[in-house]
Amino acid sequence: MTDAAVDNEPAANVVVGRSLWGDAWARLKANRAAMFSLFYLGLMALVCIAGPWFVPHDYTTIYSDYVRTPPSTEAYPKADMVKGALDDVLKRMRVDLKDWKLEDGRATITVAGTRPIDERYLRYVDRSDTFDDARMEAKSPDGLEMTFSAAVKQQYFLFGTDNVGRDLLSRTLVAGRISLAIGLLAGVVAVTIGVVYGATAGFLGGKVDEVMMRIVDVLYSLPFIFFVIMLVVFFGRNFVLMFLAVGAVLWLDMARIVRGQALSIRRHEYVQAAEALGVRQSGILKRHVIPNLLGPVVIYMTLLVPHVIILESFLSFLGLGVQEPMTSWGVLISVGAHNIGSANWMLLFPAFFLVSTLFALNFVGDGLRDALDPKDR
Amino acid sequence: MLLYVLRRLLTAIPTLFVIVTLAFFLIRVAPGGPFNQERGLSPEIKANLEAEYGLNDPLWLQYGHYLKNLSHGDFGPSYNLPDFTVGELFARGLPISIQLGASALVLALLLGCLLGTVAALNQNRWGDYAVIALATAGSTIPTFVIAPIIQLVFGLSWKLLPVGGWGGGAMLNKIGPVLTLALPQIAIVARLMRGSMIEALRSHHIRTARALGLSDWSVVVRHALRGAILPIVSFTGPAAAALLTGSIIVETIFAIPGVGRYFVDAALNRDYTLVMGTVVVIAIFTIVFNLIVDIMYAVVDPRVRYD
Repeated sequence: MTDAAVDNEPAANVVVGRSLWGDAWARLKANRAAMFSLFYLGLMALVCIAGPWFVPHDYTTIYSDYVRTPPSTEAYPKADMVKGALDDVLKRMRVDLKDWKLEDGRATITVAGTRPIDERYLRYVDRSDTFDDARMEAKSPDGLEMTFSAAVKQQYFLFGTDNVGRDLLSRTLVAGRISLAIGLLAGVVAVTIGVVYGATAGFLGGKVDEVMMRIVDVLYSLPFIFFVIMLVVFFGRNFVLMFLAVGAVLWLDMARIVRGQALSIRRHEYVQAAEALGVRQSGILKRHVIPNLLGPVVIYMTLLVPHVIILESFLSFLGLGVQEPMTSWGVLISVGAHNIGSANWMLLFPAFFLVSTLFALNFVGDGLRDALDPKDR
Repeated sequence: MLLYVLRRLLTAIPTLFVIVTLAFFLIRVAPGGPFNQERGLSPEIKANLEAEYGLNDPLWLQYGHYLKNLSHGDFGPSYNLPDFTVGELFARGLPISIQLGASALVLALLLGCLLGTVAALNQNRWGDYAVIALATAGSTIPTFVIAPIIQLVFGLSWKLLPVGGWGGGAMLNKIGPVLTLALPQIAIVARLMRGSMIEALRSHHIRTARALGLSDWSVVVRHALRGAILPIVSFTGPAAAALLTGSIIVETIFAIPGVGRYFVDAALNRDYTLVMGTVVVIAIFTIVFNLIVDIMYAVVDPRVRYD
């Protein structure tokens, strides 16, 4: 009858335990800085991935009329810029300006030349970044004078343009794609190698462990920058290959952390208890070791991504990373630093994007550490 | 103690040897050579140059030759700056890098310790939060962002400092680079100091000191500081080695003729002797400063003994 009594225990009294991850998630949700940063990172990723499709300018298009144009929420060209652009066009057409006026976004221009003017020259007007839709209005009988009209193109450069006249907004967003992608890519490579290496050393133990960890020590002792420069020298400037390589350099810490964890988890009482109960090795791995390893791995990964982004920016800053016309935040900041005297927005916008992303990643990392490692609080 | 120092210096020799060997063969394995520029030399001239510098000898012979010269303190000629030997290049650039690095280090240690102590004494109050915010900013914002922003604000907008250049070592020219070098270090030192000071203030001898009615100043400066400063001492070793051997970012942005650029430029141009020279200099600085730190440790903490 005792069996039946156990079976009849009312189900309502069963307390549903929260899983390790549910618990961590609840703690993370209570951390406002981390949640805001998580939200910010999601937004940043979304803006960088989807944004370039909505910006009307391509990140490689050069607007020669708009070199180093300051950021503005109003449309370009400004009233005083039309004349300059017009002078450029007329110089190409080899004619002189007689009279011009601007009405309702259309300019009416009268020009004179020393030789009869060919109306096909109007193509020069359409080719300019400022004018569009050029039309012949009138021509003097001897062909030496011509009146034509052209629409003034309205363009927005919210972040301004760079030193060769490319839209900085689309460049910053495309750069964000590259920087974030590189951070993730190299981060994943580093974590994968580190986890596999560290777990192998930790589990096999003994002589193998000894040898594997000595190798890590030797690699540690070389100056890091020497490593990176050698990788650049070997792989050339192919940036995908290079960042796989950079990821392959950054696994050392991960390997040490995972090995240490693996060693200590194996000695914990709950693992001994599981062994005593006859749980198979694969079961222990799945139920006890991997969930306990995941915490440090996730924390390390979130702290590694900003590290890689800084490293990429550093290399690009030196001209060793991403190459033109492709761009990254490091490239933009580097060019911006060279142009601070004439165009400080070229430094400030990419720097803000980079720094705010780094801040957010750090806060998320700290939040995860508090959430996943309650002992540490 | 003297015996310990001697022993440490002796064990540094094999370490240096391993580093030199690794670096020598790594840079030689890399494709390209010092005389393969984009606008190439004519084959005859290139052959003559390579013969002159002994680059056609078997690699092991070159290695032996290099080691022999190195043991006499001769770093060899620079391939890409043919008017200078590597030794001369360092004699010119190293004092500049050391000046900047040492000033930054001193500034970072003083300010960092001060800020960290202030934060620890005001734990979980406004002073603490301000220091934590500063430390987070200092360790998150990369140098290559701080440096141009300092140039922009102090150099271009307020016109207080020159934008760049060494200016023959003028005081004003040093402020920007030193500040840039020091900021991230201040952040790290402040964070370390805050943690260790909080711990030190909780210990028994501090409670005893307070119970004896000593003033706050005396408790913090004479009793807590000594224990709290240990993590800072061990941080100083690697930090000093890194700061004194020049920073490529700071020296590039502020146009400082130090040694920070040598490593990257030399590796990219396959200026083998200059790469090796840089590796050796960095290694020596690292070894020496780690030794100094270990000695300092024994001075600060009498429990540590080297016999």
